Amino acid sequence: MDKIPILRLGAYLLVSIQVDLYDRLALNLEADLVQMVNKTNAKGVLIDISAVSIVDSFMGRIIGNIASMSKILDAETVVVGMQPAVAITLIELGLPLKGVHTALDMEKGMKLLRSMIDETEEDVKEDQTDNDFITE
Amino acid sequence: MTLSLSKDTIQVLKEQDVVFLKNRVKETAVKIKMGLVNQTRLLTACSELVRNMMRYANGGVCLIEVVSSGRNNGVRLTFSDRGPGIPDISAAMRDGFSTGKSLGLGLPGTKRLVNEFEVKSKVGEGTVVTIIKWANG
Repeated sequence: MDKIPILRLGAYLLVSIQVDLYDRLALNLEADLVQMVNKTNAKGVLIDISAVSIVDSFMGRIIGNIASMSKILDAETVVVGMQPAVAITLIELGLPLKGVHTALDMEKGMKLLRSMIDETEEDVKEDQTDNDFITE
Repeated sequence: MTLSLSKDTIQVLKEQDVVFLKNRVKETAVKIKMGLVNQTRLLTACSELVRNMMRYANGGVCLIEVVSSGRNNGVRLTFSDRGPGIPDISAAMRDGFSTGKSLGLGLPGTKRLVNEFEVKSKVGEGTVVTIIKWANG
């Protein structure tokens, strides 16, 4: 059984999909990834699909699912490296992947992920100072 | 007038067959010099239809043909199954309609990706879906 490796890098999880996905593989990835987010306390997930030549409605749904599942586990998801032909087919198919953050390549994706996570952390810090003020 | 230049029949019964089928479709598209974007459209359409066939009819047969009409070359795919059939084709062609648990984009989305699209279905007997993608269409 094939398996897509999930690599941990600090507070981030990296997934690079190097094979054409079939349904079961995608479903396994979804389950594995959500479990890993929980286990490693990851703050961000970066999915590289630069080697994926077809994304159909099922795959698109899985990508959307991964993003929303990670979101409710407090992790942001960025999809990077989508091929232009894949973007064209996704829109024509009627699947605009709303709610999924995307970036052109790994580097830009990492930057986006960092900025999103920094923002949320600053919010948390502000909340804490507010709380301190109240307790004092 | 559409002429069929080559024929290739592939049985699709399990998930490994799907991978094999997609590879054959891709080879055929490359052979007639279809552009990358059209190849992707054709393969995505194929992927949608073969999934329907697996999910609702437990598999079926796909016929891959190279067709020619005037100066145009293209790939015609015919998916035939002996599944339960589609009772209401016009409903199935609407965006967001699904009897399964999917998004309901399969059939209407596929239609947008290809040049010619035809569904024939008889309840209790099966479904035949035919699509054509022209190399430069």
